[in-house]
Amino acid sequence: MQRQSRDHFDASTIPDDLAPIATVLSKMLPGDWRSLRPVIDRRKCVKCSLCWLYCPVQCVTEKPRWFEFDLAVCKGCGICAQECPQRAISMVEETGR
Amino acid sequence: MSTAAVAKSNKPAFVVCEGNEAAAIGVGLSRPDVVAVYPITPQSSLVEHLSQMIADGRLNANLMNVEGEHAVLNGLQGVALAGGRTFTATCGPGIAFMFEPYVRTPGLRLPMVASLVTRDLLSPQCVWGGQQDAMVVREAGWIQMYCETVQEILDTTVMAYKIAEHRDVMLPVNVCHDGNYLSFGVTRVELPDQQAVDEFLGPPNINWHIALDPERPMGVDPLTGGAGGPGPRNFVRYRKGQCRGMQNALRVIREVHATWGERFGRYHAPLIEEYRLEDADYALVTIGSMTGAAKDAIDTAREAGERVGLIKVKTFRPFPLEAMAAALGKVNRIGVVDRSVSFGWNSGPVYQETLAALYRTGKQIPAISFIGGLAGADITPEHFARAIALTRETQFGRAQEPVWLNEND
Repeated sequence: MQRQSRDHFDASTIPDDLAPIATVLSKMLPGDWRSLRPVIDRRKCVKCSLCWLYCPVQCVTEKPRWFEFDLAVCKGCGICAQECPQRAISMVEETGR
Repeated sequence: MSTAAVAKSNKPAFVVCEGNEAAAIGVGLSRPDVVAVYPITPQSSLVEHLSQMIADGRLNANLMNVEGEHAVLNGLQGVALAGGRTFTATCGPGIAFMFEPYVRTPGLRLPMVASLVTRDLLSPQCVWGGQQDAMVVREAGWIQMYCETVQEILDTTVMAYKIAEHRDVMLPVNVCHDGNYLSFGVTRVELPDQQAVDEFLGPPNINWHIALDPERPMGVDPLTGGAGGPGPRNFVRYRKGQCRGMQNALRVIREVHATWGERFGRYHAPLIEEYRLEDADYALVTIGSMTGAAKDAIDTAREAGERVGLIKVKTFRPFPLEAMAAALGKVNRIGVVDRSVSFGWNSGPVYQETLAALYRTGKQIPAISFIGGLAGADITPEHFARAIALTRETQFGRAQEPVWLNEND
């Protein structure tokens, strides 16, 4: 993560008609194009952490009694809901922000 | 005495070897960082020689034994993106399996060198030489140079690195040599001095423009094109750049061959070779190892008073349009001998492109297509004598059927 805080590579000396490269970081996060949002039922969650283990973008964060999702990063894939043994996670449609 | 040990001595050094070993010696002299190989007839002995050189410590390179040609080239793309000089060799069904990364390599402008030990394509099932594999991939964006002799294989393999890595080119090169006739043909070969080759090539600079390098973070080959936003103009810009690199290669190939001649004393025709063409009335067009037998037949015909010459194509991609037009402009009839066919054109591909180059001369002359040497068949001086006689008689208005030289062999 430290790498991302450094200055980006200056490609201005490379001809722009040679090989296709991308040197500008997109500001878009996975959460910007999510269509389904995971919602956790805290009464069912037993903190087994399987959702934390399976999340492909590692957006699951731990709270003292339950887990939460970093919705800036969550892309809404639903793997956590699929894998949760307690059926504590449901995917609900995003209806605009 | 090993070939490398001979190469290290300061005296003029010679070995007697097959074309595949000559290619391996050329690769060794060019000091690649990684060689990735998968064997396939008639290329196998080339990578066997390289593997032995690495195993014996005569070539300080990493050898990647991978599971197939697709992985060969994908692996080498990673090496090149990390800055390494690479080599592989393949042919026939091998290049068919390699096709997906093969067409991506020139677009990434990775200056790789790969031997194409040309082989005819299936089916009918065959394992012998022919140029069908190379002709199928002539629009893939790789530079293609076709060798005539074993010595030319060695020299062209080294030169290929200098051409590919030139900043105005930055494209992969296929050094093509005919399966069986050159791959296993044994002749005396002069070995260039290692230090002279080092000075000739200079240090590699493979990934200055596109890289997998933590110090230069970048996305490699992002999605480009489409109908919206800047997609069309971005894609056109890269394609135009690729086409420009190909055209620049025509100049660089000439320069590198000239430099090679000055440094090592062997001048090979870089694009087109004109043989006994000055006062010729008609000519044959040839490509690859068949040219040796064709030149013998031309000499014999000359002794009989025929005003016949020969035009040899060495560089087929980029197509040397100006050089070809200049040669064609000197004669009044041509016969083109192909070692492959163009399905749907009922002729050979070199014949087609020779006709296209004729447009540049502004004149129309009678032309005839010969097809020979398929799947390992020999094209003998006698075949060429027949081709010479038929070319002399060819006229406009005759049926445009190709002549199949080995039809009755």
